[in-house]
Amino acid sequence: MEGATTAVAIAVAMIAAATPLIFAALGELVTEKSGMLNLGVEGMMLVGAVSGFAVEATTGSGILAVAAGAVAGMALATLFSVLTLALLANQVATGLALTLFGTGLSALIGKSFVGMPLPGLPHLAVPGLSDLPLIGPLIFGHDLLVYLAIAMTFGVHEFLYRTRPGLILRAVGENHDAAHAIGYPVLKIRFAAVLFGGAMSGIGGAYLSLVYTPMWAENMTAGRGWIALALVVFATWKPARVLAGAWLFGGVSILALHAQGSGVAVPSQFLNMLPYLATILVLVLISRDRTRIRLNAPACLGRSFYPTV
Amino acid sequence: MDRRQFLVSTAAGAVTLAAGTAAVSAADKLKAGFIYVGPVGDFGYSYQHDLGRKAVEKALGDRVETSFAENVSEGADAERVINQFASTGYGIVFATSFGFMNAAVKVAARYPKIKFEHATGYKRGPNLATYSARFYEGRTVVGRIVAHMTKNGKIGYIGSFPIPEVVNGINAFTIALRRIRPDAEVHVIWAGSWYDPGKESAAAKALIDQGCDVICQHTDSPAAVQAAQERGIWAVGQSSDMTSFGPKAHLTAIVENWTGYYVDRVKAVLDDSWKPIDTWGGLSSGMVQLAPLNPAIPADVQDLAKQTIADISSGALHPFAGPIKDQTGKLVVAEGQHASDPDILSMAYFVEGVQGTLPT
Repeated sequence: MEGATTAVAIAVAMIAAATPLIFAALGELVTEKSGMLNLGVEGMMLVGAVSGFAVEATTGSGILAVAAGAVAGMALATLFSVLTLALLANQVATGLALTLFGTGLSALIGKSFVGMPLPGLPHLAVPGLSDLPLIGPLIFGHDLLVYLAIAMTFGVHEFLYRTRPGLILRAVGENHDAAHAIGYPVLKIRFAAVLFGGAMSGIGGAYLSLVYTPMWAENMTAGRGWIALALVVFATWKPARVLAGAWLFGGVSILALHAQGSGVAVPSQFLNMLPYLATILVLVLISRDRTRIRLNAPACLGRSFYPTV
Repeated sequence: MDRRQFLVSTAAGAVTLAAGTAAVSAADKLKAGFIYVGPVGDFGYSYQHDLGRKAVEKALGDRVETSFAENVSEGADAERVINQFASTGYGIVFATSFGFMNAAVKVAARYPKIKFEHATGYKRGPNLATYSARFYEGRTVVGRIVAHMTKNGKIGYIGSFPIPEVVNGINAFTIALRRIRPDAEVHVIWAGSWYDPGKESAAAKALIDQGCDVICQHTDSPAAVQAAQERGIWAVGQSSDMTSFGPKAHLTAIVENWTGYYVDRVKAVLDDSWKPIDTWGGLSSGMVQLAPLNPAIPADVQDLAKQTIADISSGALHPFAGPIKDQTGKLVVAEGQHASDPDILSMAYFVEGVQGTLPT
């Protein structure tokens, strides 16, 4: 019984640790499926985190706070779009700049919120059900955003593979010239995809500052944006694998903490590099087979689109 | 002004802005510069140093002018920033992180008339002083408080990196704890970072899930205190008073207070009595303090804490007084003796009662 309780505690912590990664990675996945590579996830998460916190601290409304996180992420995504879609700037360089900019901007906005505690968003406690032994805390004891993240995973999958707009978005990512020739508005579609990515990164950041550790501190994402980027490749651009990968990455880090606490030494440096190591491994595995890369990675990823006609 | 000149002056302006310099004023004022490794908004280490800087401004009024550079990385950038301060008329420069050591040594040699101070380092020069705090003295007091507050004797401890400063803190804490509760054990988790709220929170929750009923930390964010509050157990904060993040959980915190030192040192430059000394201040100098104790701590334990502070300050109690055994049961400090300062500064073993191994 005690072992089962510990296992549930680990699983609950794992799900919470994975949630910001799921949001940010799903957003980036849709962005990349449209052919855009936005490396500014970390910056967008930070701005989302500070905006969400600021709104929660001033209005006390959790829904407004999450919305503010999304809007702030979208604002940075808009900046990215203007630079890369309209002005045709290099996407990699612009994305990196966006992360640096977001880090600084969030610190500036957050100056007056440092050291301010928040009660945190209320957990969704289903009366009766969340008190069930083991299953209760595992399935019914989380906060709303955790369920939203899981729902979004399936939503994004449905959208990309079961709807016409999803098909068009993927077509734009595969071959923007062809999509343009058929008459699809490539730039508008990409703009929408980047905006979605920004909103999701913002919500992921807001999850950190509102739920996971309800406070604002500079650079509090501590590299989670980069892990989310790695996760997209690790998942080979498949939403369900993002969910599994996030739980795996989250699970490994939580398990390692438990191992340390019970006296088993695991070098924390090794664990910090594990997500990237796993991603490199996946890259190597999928790169062995050209058709497999083509099946999954958007062919036009990171390439600027010059409308010719 | 042609375009090139404009660019140069703009760039210079940007550098000045980055250093947070206030407007240039009368030349007879002493200018004091502070260099921080983190953001002043970390509510931890750099924040505490900046409180010291503000105290200098307040105490010495219009005789000084201070400014700071934050988020300075511990590499080539540090030398550039220190040099920037030295070359723009600063009389004293405080480099507040260990990794600024070599940069401070280099620039100090270049500007013999300017006074430099480096925190937590060991290299000194004719115009370079060092200073640090005996954080472990605070850990002894905390160990005694926790010994009376824990029910099951299982204590969680979140460490940043296995460096002597953190290791001797864990040891001082464990020694004090087990002299009152011989059955107590300390479970250590290394966060691998000074500052990662998410990871610190996850580490705290892992320790709580394993049955720990008090969480101590040697990392800088209040995330662990928050987690303890949520789960209804005790926590001890670090660097600054973290009560507001968990009023019910927060027993106390070990707080570095640089204000007295900074005011004294800047005053010494003004009085021309500055010397390149090495300062290692503890509870007696006020450099290490405890945040206000939680009112839920029983009166006799509060008295014990005060008595412990008094005893350490007077020298009646040494945190590393023998007998001390390491994890393997080997006697490392004999009865009647205590660990010397160099031993404390290079401590690389865990004492009996600490669970887990020290990464090497």
